[in-house]
Amino acid sequence: MSERPIRVLVAKPGLDGHDRGAKVIARALRDAGMEVIYTGLRQTPEQIVAAAIQEDVDVVAMSILSGAHNHLFPKVVNLLREQGAEDVLVVGGGVIPDDDIPFLKEAGISEIFTPGTPTSAVIDYIREHVKRK
Amino acid sequence: MNFEKRLLEGDKRACARLISMFEMGNSEAIDIIKRLYKHTGKAHVIGITGPPGGGKSTLTDKLVKELRKRGKKVGIIAIDPTSPFTGGAILGDRVRMQDLATDPGVFIRSMGTRGSLGGLSKATYGAVKILDIFGVDYIFIETVGVGQSEVDIVKIADTVVMIMVPGLGDDIQAIKAGIMEIGDIFAVNKSDLDGADRTALEIEMMLKFGENEGWKPPVLKVSAFNNTGIDDLLEKIIEHKKYMLNSCEFDRRRLANAKLEVLKLVEEKLMAMVLKKTSTGDYLNSLSKKIAEREIDPYTASDKIITMLGE
Repeated sequence: MSERPIRVLVAKPGLDGHDRGAKVIARALRDAGMEVIYTGLRQTPEQIVAAAIQEDVDVVAMSILSGAHNHLFPKVVNLLREQGAEDVLVVGGGVIPDDDIPFLKEAGISEIFTPGTPTSAVIDYIREHVKRK
Repeated sequence: MNFEKRLLEGDKRACARLISMFEMGNSEAIDIIKRLYKHTGKAHVIGITGPPGGGKSTLTDKLVKELRKRGKKVGIIAIDPTSPFTGGAILGDRVRMQDLATDPGVFIRSMGTRGSLGGLSKATYGAVKILDIFGVDYIFIETVGVGQSEVDIVKIADTVVMIMVPGLGDDIQAIKAGIMEIGDIFAVNKSDLDGADRTALEIEMMLKFGENEGWKPPVLKVSAFNNTGIDDLLEKIIEHKKYMLNSCEFDRRRLANAKLEVLKLVEEKLMAMVLKKTSTGDYLNSLSKKIAEREIDPYTASDKIITMLGE
């Protein structure tokens, strides 16, 4: 049996059109030897989960800058659970107030990365926490 | 989970998991394909190839939407390059197929090439069989953006659609060997741009230079962006398979591909055996050292290894 690279879905839920951060993360994960499935802007939670299932990813990494994180991030976690894919690691990033982070973690988002996080911290976190099947 | 049963019932999660297992060389996945192999071979396998940025994903998206209107189930395997330096990859073909993600009749899987150079990934061969068992009517394989010699798609597709765009070179480019020889259908995409007529004409002339008997590859002008010519392209794809079936060409191609596939598998297995045998006692390294130091020539050394296999 051969190893397969860690597969990460990088997605932009919600309506903001700012994908620079998501692209920087996608590129950093690529350079760290991961397979990044990039799905583009304005994804619904349903689209993100459908892609995560079909691509059989280990990680869903979402970026959001519109302020809708408290609604959209937990929705993705719940839809993954409904599909029996609770073993997928879910992380989020973007402009997220510190006060919202405990709620998001409670809702099943494993980690939240706020502006100023070095890409190496994201890579290390994923490597350490990915739940290999 | 009972993968076999769930795959036959069309369960997407089982299908996705099995493709991953096959990618890792998992013997359970291979056993399932072995048992269900007789269920494969039904889907029409369509290769979509052409240069990077030519519109392969966008055209695939449009063709699949048309097939969905006709009630057909579709699988898509979209391949993008893996970095030879880090092993990482950005698989971005889904960006052009966003509406298809939640369509219950569509299954999309992105794959990195993971070291293969022919425009596909090694696991594509298994993924096609798994999708076939899963029960799709059509399987689209979108290759990496090709240059001049990535022709592996002919070893797996029933119909190869070569996507061209205006402005990539003169008519000498069109008569070079390699990818221009593998198209069953040529689609000049971005045909709203200047030079599309000329590109289409040059391809037509290139095709007339040859003495092709049988199927004459049609050259169509399309625009994925403006959604023009898509119906015609789909009709030609369907017509090509009908032609193949009626002319025995279908059986001939599948036979040739079966032979290539089994030989490729034997090659992989033999290579694994060779590496296993020669790694004991550092044999391979010491033999290589002797070759480098001119104590033994590489031809004699390779004969020695082959002799070892039979022992």
